[in-house]
Amino acid sequence: MNRPALIHSFNRHGVWAIYKFEIARALRTLVQSLVTPVITTSLYFVVFGAAIGSRLVTTSGVSYGAFIVPGLIMLALFTESLSNASFGIYFPKFTGTIYELLSAPVSYAEIVIAYVGAAVTKSVVLGLIILATASLFVPIKILHPLWMIAFLLMTACTFSLFGFIIGIWAKGFEHLQFIPMLVITPLTFLGGAFYSIDMLPPAWRAFSLFNPIVYLISGFRWSFYGAADVSVGISLGMTVGFFAICLWLVSWIFKTGYRLKN
Amino acid sequence: MPPIISIRGVTKSYASGFQALKLVNLDIDKGEIFALLGPNGAGKTTLINIICGIVTASAGTVTADGCDIVDDYRAARSMIGLVPQELSTDAFETVWATVSFSRGLFGRAPNPTFIEGLLRDLSLLDKRNSRIMTLSGGMKRRVMIAKALSHEPQILFLDEPTAGVDVELRRDMWNLVRGLREKGVTIILTTHYIEEAEEMADRIGVINKGTLMLVENKHDLMKKLGKRQLTLHLQTPLQHIPDELRFWALELKAEGHDLVYTVDSADSVDISALLKRLNELSIVIKDLQTHQSSLEDIFVNLVTERT
Ligand SMILES: Nc1ncnc2c1ncn2[C@@H]1O[C@H](COP(=O)(O)OP(=O)(O)OP(=O)(O)O)[C@@H](O)[C@H]1O
Ligand SMILES: [Mg+2]
Repeated sequence: MNRPALIHSFNRHGVWAIYKFEIARALRTLVQSLVTPVITTSLYFVVFGAAIGSRLVTTSGVSYGAFIVPGLIMLALFTESLSNASFGIYFPKFTGTIYELLSAPVSYAEIVIAYVGAAVTKSVVLGLIILATASLFVPIKILHPLWMIAFLLMTACTFSLFGFIIGIWAKGFEHLQFIPMLVITPLTFLGGAFYSIDMLPPAWRAFSLFNPIVYLISGFRWSFYGAADVSVGISLGMTVGFFAICLWLVSWIFKTGYRLKN
Repeated sequence: MPPIISIRGVTKSYASGFQALKLVNLDIDKGEIFALLGPNGAGKTTLINIICGIVTASAGTVTADGCDIVDDYRAARSMIGLVPQELSTDAFETVWATVSFSRGLFGRAPNPTFIEGLLRDLSLLDKRNSRIMTLSGGMKRRVMIAKALSHEPQILFLDEPTAGVDVELRRDMWNLVRGLREKGVTIILTTHYIEEAEEMADRIGVINKGTLMLVENKHDLMKKLGKRQLTLHLQTPLQHIPDELRFWALELKAEGHDLVYTVDSADSVDISALLKRLNELSIVIKDLQTHQSSLEDIFVNLVTERT
Protein backbone atom coordinates (compact mmCIF):
# COMPACT_ATOMS: atom_id res chain seq x y z
CA MET A 1 0.00 0.00 0.00
CA ASN A 2 1.30 3.38 -0.86
CA ARG A 3 0.84 5.86 1.90
CA PRO A 4 -0.96 8.97 0.78
CA ALA A 5 1.03 12.14 0.64
CA LEU A 6 -0.27 13.51 3.90
CA ILE A 7 -2.04 16.76 4.13
CA HIS A 8 -0.64 18.46 7.16
CA SER A 9 -1.49 21.98 6.19
CA PHE A 10 -4.46 22.43 3.89
CA ASN A 11 -6.66 19.79 2.30
CA ARG A 12 -7.22 21.54 -1.00
CA HIS A 13 -8.64 18.46 -2.71
CA GLY A 14 -11.17 18.17 0.09
CA VAL A 15 -12.21 21.81 -0.06
CA TRP A 16 -12.49 21.65 -3.82
CA ALA A 17 -14.60 18.47 -3.63
CA ILE A 18 -17.13 20.11 -1.30
CA TYR A 19 -17.15 23.34 -3.28
CA LYS A 20 -17.75 21.52 -6.55
CA PHE A 21 -20.46 19.41 -4.94
CA GLU A 22 -22.28 22.52 -3.75
CA ILE A 23 -22.00 24.27 -7.10
CA ALA A 24 -23.23 21.11 -8.85
CA ARG A 25 -26.21 21.10 -6.52
CA ALA A 26 -27.06 24.63 -7.60
CA LEU A 27 -26.67 23.78 -11.27
CA ARG A 28 -29.02 20.81 -10.83
CA THR A 29 -31.62 23.16 -9.46
CA LEU A 30 -30.75 26.00 -11.79
CA VAL A 31 -34.32 27.18 -12.07
CA GLN A 32 -34.76 27.35 -8.34
CA SER A 33 -31.31 28.78 -7.75
CA LEU A 34 -31.23 31.57 -10.28
CA VAL A 35 -34.38 32.01 -12.31
CA THR A 36 -36.78 32.28 -9.39
CA PRO A 37 -34.93 35.11 -7.61
CA VAL A 38 -34.46 36.94 -10.91
CA ILE A 39 -38.19 36.80 -11.62
CA THR A 40 -39.07 37.82 -8.08
CA THR A 41 -36.71 40.77 -8.23
CA SER A 42 -38.01 41.83 -11.61
CA LEU A 43 -41.50 41.81 -10.15
CA TYR A 44 -40.39 44.03 -7.28
CA PHE A 45 -38.82 46.24 -9.85
CA VAL A 46 -41.93 46.46 -11.99
CA VAL A 47 -44.24 47.09 -9.04
CA PHE A 48 -42.13 49.38 -6.88
CA GLY A 49 -39.84 50.82 -9.48
CA ALA A 50 -41.99 51.38 -12.51
CA ALA A 51 -45.58 51.50 -11.22
CA ILE A 52 -45.24 53.31 -7.92
CA GLY A 53 -41.82 54.80 -8.35
CA SER A 54 -42.73 56.87 -11.38
CA ARG A 55 -44.90 58.97 -9.07
CA LEU A 56 -42.14 59.49 -6.54
CA VAL A 57 -39.16 61.77 -6.48
CA THR A 58 -36.10 60.94 -4.46
CA THR A 59 -33.87 63.26 -2.54
CA SER A 60 -30.58 62.62 -4.24
CA GLY A 61 -31.62 63.26 -7.79
CA VAL A 62 -31.58 59.58 -8.70
CA SER A 63 -34.73 58.14 -10.22
CA TYR A 64 -36.69 55.93 -7.85
CA GLY A 65 -36.24 52.94 -10.14
CA ALA A 66 -32.48 53.27 -10.03
CA PHE A 67 -32.59 54.08 -6.31
CA ILE A 68 -34.05 50.71 -5.31
CA VAL A 69 -31.62 48.60 -7.37
CA PRO A 70 -28.94 48.30 -4.63
CA GLY A 71 -31.63 47.43 -2.08
CA LEU A 72 -33.06 44.74 -4.35
CA ILE A 73 -29.64 43.21 -4.88
CA MET A 74 -28.98 43.26 -1.14
CA LEU A 75 -32.34 41.64 -0.40
CA ALA A 76 -31.55 38.84 -2.86
CA LEU A 77 -28.04 38.54 -1.48
CA PHE A 78 -29.30 38.15 2.09
CA THR A 79 -31.88 35.51 1.35
CA GLU A 80 -29.79 33.56 -1.14
CA SER A 81 -26.68 33.47 1.02
CA LEU A 82 -28.71 32.38 3.99
CA SER A 83 -30.69 29.70 2.25
CA ASN A 84 -27.80 28.31 0.23
CA ALA A 85 -25.39 28.01 3.10
CA SER A 86 -27.94 26.79 5.62
CA PHE A 87 -29.34 24.18 3.26
CA GLY A 88 -25.88 23.09 2.19
CA ILE A 89 -24.82 22.02 5.66
CA TYR A 90 -28.27 21.06 6.93
CA PHE A 91 -29.02 18.59 4.16
CA PRO A 92 -26.12 16.18 4.92
CA LYS A 93 -27.20 16.24 8.55
CA PHE A 94 -30.71 15.37 7.45
CA THR A 95 -29.77 12.55 5.07
CA GLY A 96 -26.97 11.21 7.28
CA THR A 97 -24.22 11.76 4.70
CA ILE A 98 -22.56 14.09 7.23
CA TYR A 99 -20.78 10.97 8.53
CA GLU A 100 -18.38 11.26 5.65
CA LEU A 101 -17.56 14.89 6.32
CA LEU A 102 -16.95 14.15 9.99
CA SER A 103 -14.71 11.18 9.25
CA ALA A 104 -12.69 12.98 6.57
CA PRO A 105 -9.32 14.66 7.10
CA VAL A 106 -10.79 18.13 6.68
CA SER A 107 -10.53 20.78 9.35
CA TYR A 108 -13.52 22.81 10.47
CA ALA A 109 -12.00 25.86 8.84
CA GLU A 110 -11.82 23.99 5.54
CA ILE A 111 -15.43 22.88 5.86
CA VAL A 112 -16.49 26.49 6.41
CA ILE A 113 -14.37 27.77 3.55
CA ALA A 114 -15.86 25.22 1.16
CA TYR A 115 -19.53 25.62 2.10
CA VAL A 116 -19.42 29.36 2.63
CA GLY A 117 -17.27 29.83 -0.45
CA ALA A 118 -19.81 28.01 -2.58
CA ALA A 119 -22.72 29.96 -1.09
CA VAL A 120 -20.88 33.25 -1.65
CA THR A 121 -20.16 32.32 -5.25
CA LYS A 122 -23.79 31.54 -5.92
CA SER A 123 -25.18 34.66 -4.30
CA VAL A 124 -22.64 37.01 -5.85
CA VAL A 125 -23.38 35.57 -9.29
CA LEU A 126 -27.04 36.03 -8.54
CA GLY A 127 -26.46 39.60 -7.40
CA LEU A 128 -24.66 40.38 -10.63
CA ILE A 129 -27.46 38.80 -12.65
CA ILE A 130 -30.00 40.96 -10.86
CA LEU A 131 -27.86 43.99 -11.53
CA ALA A 132 -27.81 43.09 -15.21
CA THR A 133 -31.58 42.52 -15.21
CA ALA A 134 -32.16 45.86 -13.54
CA SER A 135 -29.99 47.68 -16.04
CA LEU A 136 -32.50 46.63 -18.68
CA PHE A 137 -35.15 48.68 -16.89
CA VAL A 138 -33.23 51.75 -15.76
CA PRO A 139 -29.88 53.35 -16.49
CA ILE A 140 -27.52 52.47 -13.65
CA LYS A 141 -24.27 54.13 -12.80
CA ILE A 142 -21.73 52.74 -10.39
CA LEU A 143 -19.51 55.45 -8.97
CA HIS A 144 -17.27 53.20 -6.90
CA PRO A 145 -17.18 49.77 -8.58
CA LEU A 146 -14.42 48.39 -6.34
CA TRP A 147 -16.31 49.36 -3.21
CA MET A 148 -19.43 47.95 -4.77
CA ILE A 149 -17.71 44.56 -5.20
CA ALA A 150 -16.22 44.81 -1.73
CA PHE A 151 -19.63 45.41 -0.11
CA LEU A 152 -21.14 42.68 -2.24
CA LEU A 153 -18.51 40.13 -1.25
CA MET A 154 -18.42 41.05 2.39
CA THR A 155 -22.18 40.94 2.75
CA ALA A 156 -22.35 37.63 0.91
CA CYS A 157 -19.66 36.20 3.19
CA THR A 158 -21.36 37.45 6.33
CA PHE A 159 -24.78 36.11 5.43
CA SER A 160 -23.38 32.83 4.15
CA LEU A 161 -21.58 32.35 7.44
CA PHE A 162 -24.77 33.24 9.23
CA GLY A 163 -26.66 30.74 7.05
CA PHE A 164 -24.08 28.09 7.84
CA ILE A 165 -24.68 28.69 11.54
CA ILE A 166 -28.43 28.39 11.04
CA GLY A 167 -27.91 25.16 9.12
CA ILE A 168 -25.93 23.68 11.99
CA TRP A 169 -28.40 24.91 14.58
CA ALA A 170 -31.49 23.78 12.66
CA LYS A 171 -33.29 20.66 13.78
CA GLY A 172 -35.82 20.68 10.98
CA PHE A 173 -36.52 22.27 7.62
CA GLU A 174 -38.86 24.79 9.24
CA HIS A 175 -35.90 26.16 11.20
CA LEU A 176 -34.15 26.96 7.93
CA GLN A 177 -37.03 29.27 7.00
CA PHE A 178 -37.51 30.67 10.46
CA ILE A 179 -34.80 33.34 10.69
CA PRO A 180 -34.93 34.50 7.06
CA MET A 181 -38.70 34.91 7.20
CA LEU A 182 -39.05 36.30 10.68
CA VAL A 183 -35.98 38.46 10.95
CA ILE A 184 -34.19 39.19 7.72
CA THR A 185 -37.07 40.01 5.40
CA PRO A 186 -38.78 42.47 7.80
CA LEU A 187 -35.50 44.12 8.69
CA THR A 188 -34.68 44.51 5.01
CA PHE A 189 -38.03 46.09 4.20
CA LEU A 190 -37.63 48.42 7.17
CA GLY A 191 -33.96 48.94 6.41
CA GLY A 192 -34.26 51.30 3.53
CA ALA A 193 -34.28 48.88 0.62
CA PHE A 194 -37.15 50.78 -1.01
CA TYR A 195 -36.77 54.23 0.50
CA SER A 196 -34.19 56.45 2.05
CA ILE A 197 -34.57 56.54 5.80
CA ASP A 198 -34.23 60.30 5.46
CA MET A 199 -37.81 60.22 4.18
CA LEU A 200 -38.98 58.94 7.57
CA PRO A 201 -40.20 61.11 10.46
CA PRO A 202 -37.32 61.78 12.92
CA ALA A 203 -38.53 59.29 15.55
CA TRP A 204 -38.70 56.43 13.05
CA ARG A 205 -35.43 57.46 11.58
CA ALA A 206 -33.71 57.19 14.96
CA PHE A 207 -35.36 53.85 15.51
CA SER A 208 -34.15 52.60 12.12
CA LEU A 209 -30.57 53.16 13.16
CA PHE A 210 -30.88 50.12 15.41
CA ASN A 211 -31.52 48.04 12.33
CA PRO A 212 -28.20 46.60 11.17
CA ILE A 213 -29.50 46.10 7.65
CA VAL A 214 -29.73 49.90 7.21
CA TYR A 215 -25.95 50.17 7.29
CA LEU A 216 -25.41 47.39 4.78
CA ILE A 217 -27.87 48.80 2.27
CA SER A 218 -26.75 52.37 2.77
CA GLY A 219 -23.11 51.54 2.18
CA PHE A 220 -23.92 49.50 -0.87
CA ARG A 221 -26.10 52.25 -2.31
CA TRP A 222 -23.33 54.76 -1.70
CA SER A 223 -21.02 52.68 -3.91
CA PHE A 224 -23.57 53.20 -6.70
CA TYR A 225 -24.71 56.79 -6.36
CA GLY A 226 -22.34 58.38 -3.86
CA ALA A 227 -25.26 59.27 -1.57
CA ALA A 228 -25.94 57.45 1.69
CA ASP A 229 -28.29 57.49 4.66
CA VAL A 230 -25.43 57.05 7.10
CA SER A 231 -21.75 57.74 6.65
CA VAL A 232 -19.85 55.18 4.59
CA GLY A 233 -17.26 54.70 7.29
CA ILE A 234 -19.94 53.52 9.70
CA SER A 235 -21.42 51.25 7.05
CA LEU A 236 -18.08 49.72 6.39
CA GLY A 237 -17.36 49.29 10.09
CA MET A 238 -20.73 47.64 10.63
CA THR A 239 -20.27 45.31 7.68
CA VAL A 240 -16.86 44.20 8.91
CA GLY A 241 -18.23 43.95 12.45
CA PHE A 242 -21.07 41.59 11.45
CA PHE A 243 -18.63 39.51 9.50
CA ALA A 244 -16.36 39.23 12.52
CA ILE A 245 -19.28 38.28 14.79
CA CYS A 246 -20.35 35.48 12.45
CA LEU A 247 -16.78 34.25 12.13
CA TRP A 248 -16.44 34.17 15.90
CA LEU A 249 -19.76 32.30 16.27
CA VAL A 250 -18.70 29.66 13.76
CA SER A 251 -15.38 29.10 15.46
CA TRP A 252 -17.16 28.80 18.81
CA ILE A 253 -19.54 26.22 17.33
CA PHE A 254 -16.67 24.12 16.10
CA LYS A 255 -14.66 24.45 19.26
CA THR A 256 -17.54 22.96 21.18
CA GLY A 257 -18.61 20.49 18.50
CA TYR A 258 -22.07 22.00 18.92
CA ARG A 259 -24.79 19.91 17.28
CA LEU A 260 -22.49 18.17 14.86
CA LYS A 261 -21.06 15.38 16.98
CA ASN A 262 -22.35 13.30 19.84
CA MET B 1 5.04 -5.04 15.17
CA PRO B 2 3.13 -2.22 16.86
CA PRO B 3 -0.65 -2.45 16.51
CA ILE B 4 -2.23 -0.51 13.64
CA ILE B 5 -5.03 0.59 15.93
CA SER B 6 -4.65 1.00 19.62
CA ILE B 7 -7.63 1.79 21.83
CA ARG B 8 -6.83 2.76 25.40
CA GLY B 9 -9.35 3.32 28.16
CA VAL B 10 -12.11 4.53 25.88
CA THR B 11 -15.48 5.26 27.44
CA LYS B 12 -18.53 6.94 26.01
CA SER B 13 -21.54 8.47 27.69
CA TYR B 14 -24.06 10.07 25.35
CA ALA B 15 -25.68 13.38 26.16
CA SER B 16 -28.70 11.45 27.40
CA GLY B 17 -26.45 10.11 30.16
CA PHE B 18 -26.48 6.62 28.68
CA GLN B 19 -23.14 4.89 28.97
CA ALA B 20 -22.61 3.10 25.69
CA LEU B 21 -18.98 2.10 26.27
CA LYS B 22 -17.67 1.21 29.70
CA LEU B 23 -13.89 0.97 29.36
CA VAL B 24 -12.52 -0.42 26.18
CA ASN B 25 -8.91 -1.45 25.58
CA LEU B 26 -8.14 -3.11 22.30
CA ASP B 27 -5.27 -3.52 19.87
CA ILE B 28 -5.80 -4.37 16.23
CA ASP B 29 -2.88 -5.89 14.36
CA LYS B 30 -1.80 -4.72 10.96
CA GLY B 31 -3.27 -6.76 8.16
CA GLU B 32 -5.75 -8.76 10.18
CA ILE B 33 -9.49 -9.14 9.83
CA PHE B 34 -11.08 -8.39 13.15
CA ALA B 35 -14.72 -9.14 13.78
CA LEU B 36 -16.63 -7.34 16.48
CA LEU B 37 -19.60 -9.38 17.58
CA GLY B 38 -22.36 -8.28 19.87
CA PRO B 39 -26.10 -8.02 20.23
CA ASN B 40 -28.08 -4.90 19.27
CA GLY B 41 -27.06 -1.90 21.31
CA ALA B 42 -23.81 -3.47 22.50
CA GLY B 43 -21.76 -0.44 21.46
CA LYS B 44 -20.18 -1.69 18.23
CA THR B 45 -21.17 1.31 16.14
CA THR B 46 -20.29 3.68 18.95
CA LEU B 47 -16.76 2.27 19.12
CA ILE B 48 -16.28 2.43 15.36
CA ASN B 49 -17.66 5.96 15.19
CA ILE B 50 -15.24 7.10 17.87
CA ILE B 51 -12.28 5.72 15.95
CA CYS B 52 -13.49 7.34 12.74
CA GLY B 53 -14.11 10.76 14.29
CA ILE B 54 -17.90 10.80 14.10
CA VAL B 55 -18.46 10.49 17.84
CA THR B 56 -16.29 12.06 20.51
CA ALA B 57 -15.09 9.70 23.24
CA SER B 58 -15.80 10.73 26.82
CA ALA B 59 -12.38 9.46 27.89
CA GLY B 60 -9.44 7.52 26.56
CA THR B 61 -7.24 7.65 23.50
CA VAL B 62 -7.12 5.97 20.12
CA THR B 63 -4.20 5.89 17.73
CA ALA B 64 -4.13 4.75 14.12
CA ASP B 65 -0.68 3.68 13.02
CA GLY B 66 0.73 5.75 15.83
CA CYS B 67 -1.28 8.89 15.00
CA ASP B 68 -3.67 10.13 17.66
CA ILE B 69 -7.16 10.39 16.20
CA VAL B 70 -7.76 13.77 17.84
CA ASP B 71 -4.40 15.54 17.85
CA ASP B 72 -3.26 14.18 14.52
CA TYR B 73 -6.68 13.64 12.95
CA ARG B 74 -5.59 14.45 9.42
CA ALA B 75 -3.00 11.70 9.32
CA ALA B 76 -5.21 9.24 11.20
CA ARG B 77 -8.32 9.83 9.13
CA SER B 78 -6.62 9.76 5.77
CA MET B 79 -5.69 6.12 6.35
CA ILE B 80 -9.16 5.07 7.43
CA GLY B 81 -12.16 4.18 5.29
CA LEU B 82 -15.61 3.62 6.76
CA VAL B 83 -18.71 1.90 5.47
CA PRO B 84 -21.33 2.92 8.01
CA GLN B 85 -24.23 0.83 9.15
CA GLU B 86 -26.87 3.16 7.74
CA LEU B 87 -27.26 3.53 4.00
CA SER B 88 -26.98 7.27 3.57
CA THR B 89 -26.17 8.53 0.12
CA ASP B 90 -26.61 11.62 -1.97
CA ALA B 91 -29.63 10.48 -3.94
CA PHE B 92 -29.20 12.98 -6.78
CA GLU B 93 -25.54 12.40 -7.42
CA THR B 94 -24.20 9.90 -9.93
CA VAL B 95 -22.12 6.95 -8.79
CA TRP B 96 -19.03 8.37 -10.43
CA ALA B 97 -19.47 11.83 -8.92
CA THR B 98 -20.05 10.59 -5.41
CA VAL B 99 -17.07 8.22 -5.42
CA SER B 100 -14.80 10.92 -6.87
CA PHE B 101 -16.13 13.32 -4.25
CA SER B 102 -15.08 10.96 -1.47
CA ARG B 103 -11.59 10.61 -2.87
CA GLY B 104 -11.18 14.38 -2.99
CA LEU B 105 -12.64 14.84 0.47
CA PHE B 106 -9.99 12.54 1.86
CA GLY B 107 -7.32 14.70 0.33
CA ARG B 108 -6.27 12.64 -2.64
CA ALA B 109 -5.71 13.93 -6.15
CA PRO B 110 -8.19 12.71 -8.80
CA ASN B 111 -7.37 9.34 -10.29
CA PRO B 112 -10.00 8.25 -12.82
CA THR B 113 -8.16 5.01 -13.59
CA PHE B 114 -8.27 3.97 -9.97
CA ILE B 115 -11.95 4.87 -9.58
CA GLU B 116 -12.77 2.96 -12.74
CA GLY B 117 -10.99 -0.14 -11.45
CA LEU B 118 -12.73 0.18 -8.11
CA LEU B 119 -16.15 0.40 -9.73
CA ARG B 120 -15.31 -2.57 -11.90
CA ASP B 121 -14.31 -4.64 -8.87
CA LEU B 122 -17.62 -3.80 -7.27
CA SER B 123 -19.61 -4.50 -10.47
CA LEU B 124 -20.73 -0.88 -10.60
CA LEU B 125 -18.99 0.23 -13.75
CA ASP B 126 -22.09 0.06 -15.93
CA LYS B 127 -23.90 2.20 -13.33
CA ARG B 128 -21.26 4.89 -13.19
CA ASN B 129 -23.53 7.53 -14.70
CA SER B 130 -26.68 6.49 -12.89
CA ARG B 131 -28.05 8.60 -10.12
CA ILE B 132 -27.82 6.83 -6.80
CA MET B 133 -31.55 7.01 -6.18
CA THR B 134 -32.11 4.76 -9.19
CA LEU B 135 -30.01 1.95 -7.69
CA SER B 136 -31.16 -1.02 -5.64
CA GLY B 137 -30.30 -1.32 -1.96
CA GLY B 138 -27.49 -3.79 -2.60
CA MET B 139 -25.99 -1.53 -5.25
CA LYS B 140 -26.20 1.42 -2.88
CA ARG B 141 -24.26 -0.56 -0.32
CA ARG B 142 -21.62 -1.26 -2.93
CA VAL B 143 -21.47 2.45 -3.69
CA MET B 144 -20.84 3.07 0.00
CA ILE B 145 -18.00 0.55 -0.13
CA ALA B 146 -16.58 2.23 -3.22
CA LYS B 147 -16.70 5.57 -1.42
CA ALA B 148 -14.89 4.10 1.58
CA LEU B 149 -12.18 2.63 -0.65
CA SER B 150 -11.88 5.62 -2.96
CA HIS B 151 -8.90 7.09 -1.12
CA GLU B 152 -7.03 3.76 -0.86
CA PRO B 153 -7.22 3.45 2.93
CA GLN B 154 -4.97 1.11 4.90
CA ILE B 155 -7.67 0.46 7.45
CA LEU B 156 -11.24 -0.33 6.54
CA PHE B 157 -14.21 -0.36 8.90
CA LEU B 158 -17.27 -2.26 7.79
CA ASP B 159 -20.20 -1.69 10.12
CA GLU B 160 -22.53 -4.58 9.36
CA PRO B 161 -21.66 -4.74 5.70
CA THR B 162 -23.93 -7.65 4.97
CA ALA B 163 -27.10 -6.57 6.75
CA GLY B 164 -29.94 -6.90 4.25
CA VAL B 165 -27.69 -8.19 1.52
CA ASP B 166 -28.45 -11.28 -0.55
CA VAL B 167 -26.31 -14.41 -0.54
CA GLU B 168 -24.55 -13.61 -3.78
CA LEU B 169 -23.58 -10.10 -2.78
CA ARG B 170 -22.45 -11.39 0.57
CA ARG B 171 -20.11 -13.81 -1.21
CA ASP B 172 -18.82 -10.94 -3.37
CA MET B 173 -18.24 -8.89 -0.28
CA TRP B 174 -16.30 -11.63 1.42
CA ASN B 175 -14.14 -12.05 -1.65
CA LEU B 176 -13.54 -8.33 -1.75
CA VAL B 177 -12.52 -8.33 1.90
CA ARG B 178 -10.12 -11.21 1.34
CA GLY B 179 -8.64 -9.43 -1.67
CA LEU B 180 -8.12 -6.30 0.39
CA ARG B 181 -6.45 -8.27 3.13
CA GLU B 182 -4.06 -9.71 0.61
CA LYS B 183 -3.11 -6.15 -0.28
CA GLY B 184 -2.32 -5.53 3.36
CA VAL B 185 -5.46 -3.66 4.34
CA THR B 186 -6.55 -4.11 7.94
CA ILE B 187 -10.27 -4.79 8.21
CA ILE B 188 -12.52 -4.35 11.20
CA LEU B 189 -16.08 -5.50 10.72
CA THR B 190 -19.13 -5.84 12.86
CA THR B 191 -21.77 -8.36 12.16
CA HIS B 192 -24.73 -10.18 13.55
CA TYR B 193 -24.06 -13.18 11.34
CA ILE B 194 -21.81 -15.42 13.29
CA GLU B 195 -20.98 -17.58 10.33
CA GLU B 196 -19.59 -14.46 8.74
CA ALA B 197 -17.14 -13.91 11.59
CA GLU B 198 -16.40 -17.60 11.60
CA GLU B 199 -15.61 -17.62 7.93
CA MET B 200 -13.83 -14.30 7.61
CA ALA B 201 -12.15 -13.19 10.77
CA ASP B 202 -8.70 -13.88 12.14
CA ARG B 203 -9.65 -12.59 15.54
CA ILE B 204 -12.94 -12.04 17.24
CA GLY B 205 -14.00 -9.60 19.90
CA VAL B 206 -17.27 -10.01 21.73
CA ILE B 207 -18.84 -6.86 23.09
CA ASN B 208 -21.94 -6.68 25.23
CA LYS B 209 -23.50 -3.72 27.05
CA GLY B 210 -20.46 -1.56 26.40
CA THR B 211 -17.90 -4.03 27.70
CA LEU B 212 -15.46 -5.94 25.59
CA MET B 213 -15.89 -9.37 27.11
CA LEU B 214 -13.36 -11.32 25.16
CA VAL B 215 -10.83 -10.96 22.37
CA GLU B 216 -9.45 -14.13 20.97
CA ASN B 217 -7.90 -15.67 17.96
CA LYS B 218 -10.77 -17.40 16.19
CA HIS B 219 -9.24 -20.87 16.29
CA ASP B 220 -8.23 -20.59 19.94
CA LEU B 221 -11.70 -19.41 20.74
CA MET B 222 -13.28 -22.33 19.02
CA LYS B 223 -10.87 -24.69 20.70
CA LYS B 224 -11.24 -23.23 24.11
CA LEU B 225 -14.94 -22.76 24.18
CA GLY B 226 -16.12 -25.05 21.49
CA LYS B 227 -17.80 -28.14 22.89
CA ARG B 228 -18.02 -31.28 20.90
CA GLN B 229 -20.71 -33.78 21.56
CA LEU B 230 -21.08 -37.37 20.53
CA THR B 231 -24.61 -38.66 20.73
CA LEU B 232 -25.08 -42.43 20.68
CA HIS B 233 -28.58 -43.68 19.90
CA LEU B 234 -29.04 -46.93 21.80
CA GLN B 235 -30.91 -50.05 20.70
CA THR B 236 -32.43 -50.53 24.12
CA PRO B 237 -32.80 -47.66 26.59
CA LEU B 238 -30.69 -47.57 29.72
CA GLN B 239 -32.14 -46.80 33.16
CA HIS B 240 -28.88 -45.37 34.46
CA ILE B 241 -25.29 -45.04 33.40
CA PRO B 242 -23.32 -48.17 34.34
CA ASP B 243 -20.55 -47.65 36.89
CA GLU B 244 -17.98 -48.95 34.45
CA LEU B 245 -18.54 -45.83 32.33
CA ARG B 246 -18.02 -43.20 35.03
CA PHE B 247 -14.64 -42.32 33.57
CA TRP B 248 -16.36 -40.54 30.68
CA ALA B 249 -18.54 -37.41 30.94
CA LEU B 250 -21.74 -39.08 29.91
CA GLU B 251 -25.38 -38.13 30.15
CA LEU B 252 -28.54 -40.02 29.42
CA LYS B 253 -31.09 -38.25 27.27
CA ALA B 254 -34.33 -39.01 25.48
CA GLU B 255 -35.55 -41.32 28.28
CA GLY B 256 -32.45 -43.43 28.17
CA HIS B 257 -32.38 -43.81 24.40
CA ASP B 258 -29.45 -41.45 23.88
CA LEU B 259 -26.09 -41.52 25.52
CA VAL B 260 -24.39 -38.14 25.16
CA TYR B 261 -20.66 -37.76 25.52
CA THR B 262 -19.45 -34.17 25.82
CA VAL B 263 -15.86 -33.22 25.11
CA ASP B 264 -15.03 -29.83 26.54
CA SER B 265 -11.71 -29.26 24.93
CA ALA B 266 -9.40 -30.80 22.44
CA ASP B 267 -7.41 -32.86 24.90
CA SER B 268 -7.99 -36.38 26.14
CA VAL B 269 -10.60 -37.56 23.75
CA ASP B 270 -10.81 -41.30 23.87
CA ILE B 271 -13.75 -42.33 21.80
CA SER B 272 -12.45 -45.70 20.74
CA ALA B 273 -11.98 -46.75 24.39
CA LEU B 274 -15.52 -45.67 25.12
CA LEU B 275 -16.87 -47.62 22.18
CA LYS B 276 -14.85 -50.67 23.20
CA ARG B 277 -16.16 -50.52 26.74
CA LEU B 278 -19.74 -50.14 25.49
CA ASN B 279 -19.22 -53.18 23.34
CA GLU B 280 -17.93 -55.15 26.33
CA LEU B 281 -21.04 -54.14 28.26
CA SER B 282 -23.17 -55.33 25.32
CA ILE B 283 -24.74 -51.92 24.87
CA VAL B 284 -25.76 -51.89 21.23
CA ILE B 285 -25.46 -48.64 19.29
CA LYS B 286 -28.06 -48.04 16.61
CA ASP B 287 -26.69 -44.78 15.26
CA LEU B 288 -24.41 -41.96 16.21
CA GLN B 289 -24.17 -38.24 15.70
CA THR B 290 -21.53 -35.63 16.40
CA HIS B 291 -22.01 -31.96 16.99
CA GLN B 292 -19.42 -29.24 17.23
CA SER B 293 -20.51 -25.99 18.79
CA SER B 294 -20.23 -23.02 16.47
CA LEU B 295 -19.34 -19.48 17.32
CA GLU B 296 -23.05 -18.91 17.54
CA ASP B 297 -23.35 -21.25 20.54
CA ILE B 298 -20.23 -19.76 22.07
CA PHE B 299 -21.57 -16.30 21.56
CA VAL B 300 -24.99 -17.03 23.01
CA ASN B 301 -23.33 -18.69 25.98
CA LEU B 302 -21.10 -15.72 26.60
CA VAL B 303 -23.77 -13.13 26.28
CA THR B 304 -26.30 -14.95 28.44
CA GLU B 305 -23.91 -16.33 31.06
CA ARG B 306 -22.29 -13.08 32.00
CA THR B 307 -25.24 -10.77 32.11
N1 LIG C 1 -26.81 9.51 19.78
C1 LIG C 1 -27.11 8.70 20.80
N2 LIG C 1 -27.66 9.20 21.93
C2 LIG C 1 -27.96 8.39 22.96
N3 LIG C 1 -27.76 7.07 22.99
C3 LIG C 1 -27.23 6.50 21.89
C4 LIG C 1 -26.87 7.28 20.75
N4 LIG C 1 -26.35 6.47 19.81
C5 LIG C 1 -26.39 5.22 20.35
N5 LIG C 1 -26.90 5.25 21.60
C6 LIG C 1 -27.08 4.09 22.50
O1 LIG C 1 -25.83 3.49 22.72
C7 LIG C 1 -25.95 2.08 22.73
C8 LIG C 1 -24.99 1.46 21.75
O2 LIG C 1 -25.38 1.78 20.45
P1 LIG C 1 -24.60 1.27 19.19
O3 LIG C 1 -25.23 1.88 17.99
O4 LIG C 1 -23.16 1.51 19.39
O5 LIG C 1 -24.91 -0.28 19.24
P2 LIG C 1 -24.51 -1.41 18.19
O6 LIG C 1 -23.71 -2.40 18.95
O7 LIG C 1 -23.92 -0.84 16.99
O8 LIG C 1 -25.94 -2.03 17.88
P3 LIG C 1 -26.53 -2.62 16.51
O9 LIG C 1 -26.06 -4.02 16.43
O10 LIG C 1 -27.99 -2.54 16.74
O11 LIG C 1 -26.06 -1.77 15.41
C9 LIG C 1 -27.41 1.77 22.44
O12 LIG C 1 -28.07 1.48 23.65
C10 LIG C 1 -27.94 3.03 21.85
O13 LIG C 1 -29.28 3.22 22.18
MG1 LIG D 1 -24.43 -0.74 15.05
